[in-house]
Amino acid sequence: MTRHTLSVLVEDKPGVLTRVASLFARRAFNINSLAVGPTEVPGISRMTVVVDADGELIEQVTKQLNKLINVIKIVELTPESSVQRDHILVKVRADAATRLQVTQAADLFRASVVDVSTESVVIEATGHPDKLTALLSVLEPFGIREIVQSGTLAVGRGSRSMSDRALRSA
Amino acid sequence: MSKGSPISPSLMATKSAGAHKAPERVDRPADAGVDHAAVSPVLGPNNVVPPTPMTGSQAIVRSLEELGVQDIFGLPGGAILPTYDPLMASTMNHVLVRHEQGAGHAAQGYAMVTGRVGVCIATSGPGATNLVTAIMDAHMDSVPMVVITGQVSSGVIGTDAFQEADIVGITMPITKHSFLVTNPDDIPHVMAEAFHLASTGRPGPVLVDVAKDAQQGQTTFSWPPKIDLPGYRPVVRGHSKQVREAARLIAAATKPVLYVGGGVVKAHASAELRELAELSGAPVVTTLMARGVFPDSHPQHVGMPGMHGTVSAVTALQQSDLLITLGARFDDRVTGILSSFAPNAKVIHADIDPAEISKNRTADVPIVGSVKEIIPELTEALRLQFDATGTPDLTNWWAFLNNLKETYPLGWTEPEDGLTAPQRVIERIGALTGPEGVYVAGVGQHQMWASQFIKYERPHAWLNSGGAGTMGYAVPAAMGAKVGNPDRVVWAIDGDGCFQMTNQELATCAINKIPIKVAVINNSSLGMVRQWQTLFYEGRYSNTDLNTGHDTVRIPDFVKLADAYGCASFRCERDEDIDATIQQALAINDRPVVIDFVVSPNSMVWPMVPAGVSNDQIQVARNMTPDWEEED
Repeated sequence: MTRHTLSVLVEDKPGVLTRVASLFARRAFNINSLAVGPTEVPGISRMTVVVDADGELIEQVTKQLNKLINVIKIVELTPESSVQRDHILVKVRADAATRLQVTQAADLFRASVVDVSTESVVIEATGHPDKLTALLSVLEPFGIREIVQSGTLAVGRGSRSMSDRALRSA
Repeated sequence: MSKGSPISPSLMATKSAGAHKAPERVDRPADAGVDHAAVSPVLGPNNVVPPTPMTGSQAIVRSLEELGVQDIFGLPGGAILPTYDPLMASTMNHVLVRHEQGAGHAAQGYAMVTGRVGVCIATSGPGATNLVTAIMDAHMDSVPMVVITGQVSSGVIGTDAFQEADIVGITMPITKHSFLVTNPDDIPHVMAEAFHLASTGRPGPVLVDVAKDAQQGQTTFSWPPKIDLPGYRPVVRGHSKQVREAARLIAAATKPVLYVGGGVVKAHASAELRELAELSGAPVVTTLMARGVFPDSHPQHVGMPGMHGTVSAVTALQQSDLLITLGARFDDRVTGILSSFAPNAKVIHADIDPAEISKNRTADVPIVGSVKEIIPELTEALRLQFDATGTPDLTNWWAFLNNLKETYPLGWTEPEDGLTAPQRVIERIGALTGPEGVYVAGVGQHQMWASQFIKYERPHAWLNSGGAGTMGYAVPAAMGAKVGNPDRVVWAIDGDGCFQMTNQELATCAINKIPIKVAVINNSSLGMVRQWQTLFYEGRYSNTDLNTGHDTVRIPDFVKLADAYGCASFRCERDEDIDATIQQALAINDRPVVIDFVVSPNSMVWPMVPAGVSNDQIQVARNMTPDWEEED
């Protein structure tokens, strides 16, 4: 299975998330992650969907997505041509003895400590999913209490906007 | 700049297809010119109505009128009550059904014979859920239909209010699109959008769920509204390079087959198809959804493909070197085991729905667009190709297929129990009524026999529940067909099982003077299931006996039942009475007619490709496969 990142522009209408999610469910497509948010165009939202699918299946996924009336445009963002980031909040066990080691580890990943208690710290990090996996493996020995991770966000490199022309007046 | 590659359906299909660019915003209403000839995406005459104050429910009725709707099938209830009030004063004809499922199938039948959008209406909760089967049926068979349901007031949505059901959520997987309207100002544009979506591109059911307070609230109605569907741009014109490539393949093929599906019926492209077929000289197979779109009597017609198709049609596909697929979708009932289907064939696939192309079978030449546009373009391209490279010699191919047609014609063996053969009854109905009639089947053995033994010479004459396989489709769909085609003889060819699911609509037919004719092919059992039990479960007839036929208690007595519903009713149990009974039914046109044709429960549908095997394993009768050696 190959991983594909689809950037999907949708009309910001009630039920649009359900339409997309239920399409994946009933056609037995696997969603690896999903992130939804507004765009620079009022009334248009973006869903960044990471899908595990082989060649012909990803074609079906995009065709079926395109059939949804509220879906306006789909672009596949390849790793080379896009910036892809996940956001993570990790609660790590850290007392007086280990706190310094934990925060140093966080520094190495340019992660920041956003909450401290006597028993733990919360580390916030942003990065490519691979980097976050590496961060987690470094923090693992200290004892991970909780992980909160976003879906992948992705944007194409360069000056072009996905909503150019197609959407400005939509 | 972004190097992300835009993915649009058509681009997936043809990488170089310039005409199929990623969806881009086109200014309205000019996009109509890009898509098709229609000037406005708003259906109907586009009368200009200046802003007029009215209620939401009046706006619903007025929108339907402006959209050109003439007939509606429905049943009122609490949450749709406000809309039924102005409906009473409307010029539109509302047919009050006895069960909402009947309204749904009637709208389908109406749409199938007229090509116009079928409309049904129901209340919230159970009214809406009773429509679900018909919506799913319309979705599977791409029937243009708009479904209007009442919803509880917006203030109580989500509180489990009386008769509240999330019908938008329930039907999401089985509608082309759906709307929940909570503001009366949205009604005109939502109605126009619903009809536009239902009738263009790949047709399908669209649900409009209107909260009761939106029906009761005040709004200002004006017409035509602005349609705003930025994500909906069906491609209609086929890409010319692909069309030329298709023509090149056809000219080079020695065993081509035109594999024609229901899309050609929906696109009203039978005349165009005939021209292409006759130019190419290729054999034509018409799927269950396409029966009649190419005349059965045409020498190039080799039959229906699929599980119960003719040997000639099934074999034509299996042995073909080129499938010219037009508005068909490689359904499993046609292909059998997919990996063994037409193993040596290249595939040209023309369809208006890009998602159907290469879904089941990879297409060598995908063409996204309406077959109404693609077929004439292909004919023209083929003419040029033939001029350049000559007409291919299909003599051997036709010799092979004609031999199959002669050796394995459709037919039946007389039942050993001495009872009437159901196939004979159906064959006689077709013969005595003729090709101008409309034939609507339920689902099961009688459906297959009706597709096999009635000769279809024109499109829109054969209606059935193909994709969904909905038992109970026939009576209400025939009712809708008769409303749409009042001057045609409309037969519901039903089974005793199917008939018991929706026969309450006989009351609707009798009271509203919709004189359909119902032939109950009564084999006293759930016949198709019984056939499978005979063939695959050692004759263990688990729960398939319905006790309506010979030597049974006959509950219900269909003759008495039809009589109670105000229909003319007959029972026919002997071969010698068949013609006279049908003639009697054909002579009655002031009320519905029901004939209880009591037939043998032991007749089976042949040919048959058993489930889960290759189409090469087709059996012409039990355990009898064609002798392929002789044919070659």
